[in-house]
Amino acid sequence: MTTPDMRVSIGSLVLKNPVLTASGTFGYGKEFAPYVNLHFLGGVVVKGISLAPRRGNPPPRIVETASGMLNAIGLENVGLDRFISEKMPYLREIGTRVIVNILGDSLEEYQTLGQRLSEVEGISGLEVNISCPNVKKGGVAFGTDPAMAEAVTRAVCAHSTLPVIVKLSPNVSDITQIARAAEAGGAQAVSLINTLLGMAIDTKSRRPRLANIVGGLSGPAIKPIALRMVWQVAQAVKIPVIGIGGITSTEDALEFLLAGATAIEVGTANFVNPRASQEIVAGLDRYLTDNRLSRISEVIGGLILS
Amino acid sequence: MPDIFRLTIRAPEITANARPGQFVMVQTYSGYDPLLRRPLSIHQTIGKDQVQLLYKVVGKGTRLLAAMTPGQQLNLSGPLGHGFEVTGRKAICLVGGGMGIAPLYFLAREILRTTSPPKCVVLLGARTAAEFGPLPRNFMDLGVTTHLATDDGSLGSHGFVAELLLQHLDHDLEWTVCACGPHPMLKAVADQCRKQGWEGQVSLEAMMACGIGACLGCAVPRAELSGPYLHVCKDGPVFKAEEVAWL
Repeated sequence: MTTPDMRVSIGSLVLKNPVLTASGTFGYGKEFAPYVNLHFLGGVVVKGISLAPRRGNPPPRIVETASGMLNAIGLENVGLDRFISEKMPYLREIGTRVIVNILGDSLEEYQTLGQRLSEVEGISGLEVNISCPNVKKGGVAFGTDPAMAEAVTRAVCAHSTLPVIVKLSPNVSDITQIARAAEAGGAQAVSLINTLLGMAIDTKSRRPRLANIVGGLSGPAIKPIALRMVWQVAQAVKIPVIGIGGITSTEDALEFLLAGATAIEVGTANFVNPRASQEIVAGLDRYLTDNRLSRISEVIGGLILS
Repeated sequence: MPDIFRLTIRAPEITANARPGQFVMVQTYSGYDPLLRRPLSIHQTIGKDQVQLLYKVVGKGTRLLAAMTPGQQLNLSGPLGHGFEVTGRKAICLVGGGMGIAPLYFLAREILRTTSPPKCVVLLGARTAAEFGPLPRNFMDLGVTTHLATDDGSLGSHGFVAELLLQHLDHDLEWTVCACGPHPMLKAVADQCRKQGWEGQVSLEAMMACGIGACLGCAVPRAELSGPYLHVCKDGPVFKAEEVAWL
């Protein structure tokens, strides 16, 4: 039997396999080079980039919770200029797709990021983090208001020549509404979910365990919620869906593909097992072979309901 | 020595590359709770292929580690981070408090093996004599001058280990002070280094998820309180005392 075809299309972007790394869990790629042959991955989604460097939140920034962790890193990043000059030369050589996660406090910041990154060689797509507060609109997150989500998507698409993926926050009452807004704004795909807002308290000191008080929950603990949301969104939109949330094993990745995700992102699992992403690529390949399937597309959306 | 364990692991690659002050990320459980690997400093290497860790049971992860039996397999990565740097040109003082003593044993052995400093002094502190276990004896067996302090006076001087610095460090020598221990101890050591003009190197601890510079969880503020945070896993765990903000 020939090797199974693992290729998937995210809009106009073709990936050699459906396994990506989630932004914020894989640094700028190089950090994982001692553990992973980056070339084997479907792509690398790098740490979120803003126009200016960001310092992030004061420590403590992370705390372990049952089957997961809370983080309040505060979007620490080197900023656009240093990303292009210091990180891109390496990323250009890794032999797989590079998707840049972008974030901003205003429509203009998102536009500028989209425009500037479109001019940089070696970038295959943008993933727009819309969980940030809109400073000009009184700090309401772009990602919680459908009109604002559509506006920010439209702004990036209008100023960029790259395929645009919009990363959705689960901290909303109806995620399908935001997904439809992103689709209406011109997104080629949506990725979900970002972290769920959570909290932990030290009962001895009676203080919050994070300096930021609240933080984003990730890891296996959130997988069932993420899977449910991916399934709902996959039915609500026509564009491809990228599944994220607690994916730690091949089995987890398959669940998301069956629920309708065209690709998946491995996040917190990278911290637990730095080889997780590559192991999932190998695991999916083995699954196809073992089940005599010739293409990964035969799994996508393959959920049987009756 | 209740709750304190030594774990010896056959890991030739880690052993060959380990430097004093570096750490490893150890998976304590193959399931999901506890989820994250634990950063543990290297206590010593044994021969060409073994690395030894010394840790105290403080929670779920370390309790699982302590329950392991000889012959079991363990998943770990390392050596990670940036360790102590000593040349042997200056006199060297090692200051350890509690479990912070663990990496200093590796350092003491390396100093004796590879350099010949004008003087080498070890100062160890713990809450009580029992908390030291065999560690003071281990250092004395290396032949280094070792002074002790306990919070309750049950062994050595009654008080904090940082208070021993002025007592035991000759003022006519130039010193490098290498310290690992609780934050207040490190702060006191850094303070003395600044006042006396000694070179200070401190090993810091922080919550971290990955140990390889990706999660950015282990941030500590710089002395100037501006600019990007330092990250314990990659920029450290050993820092120059004057690099760090002692809040």
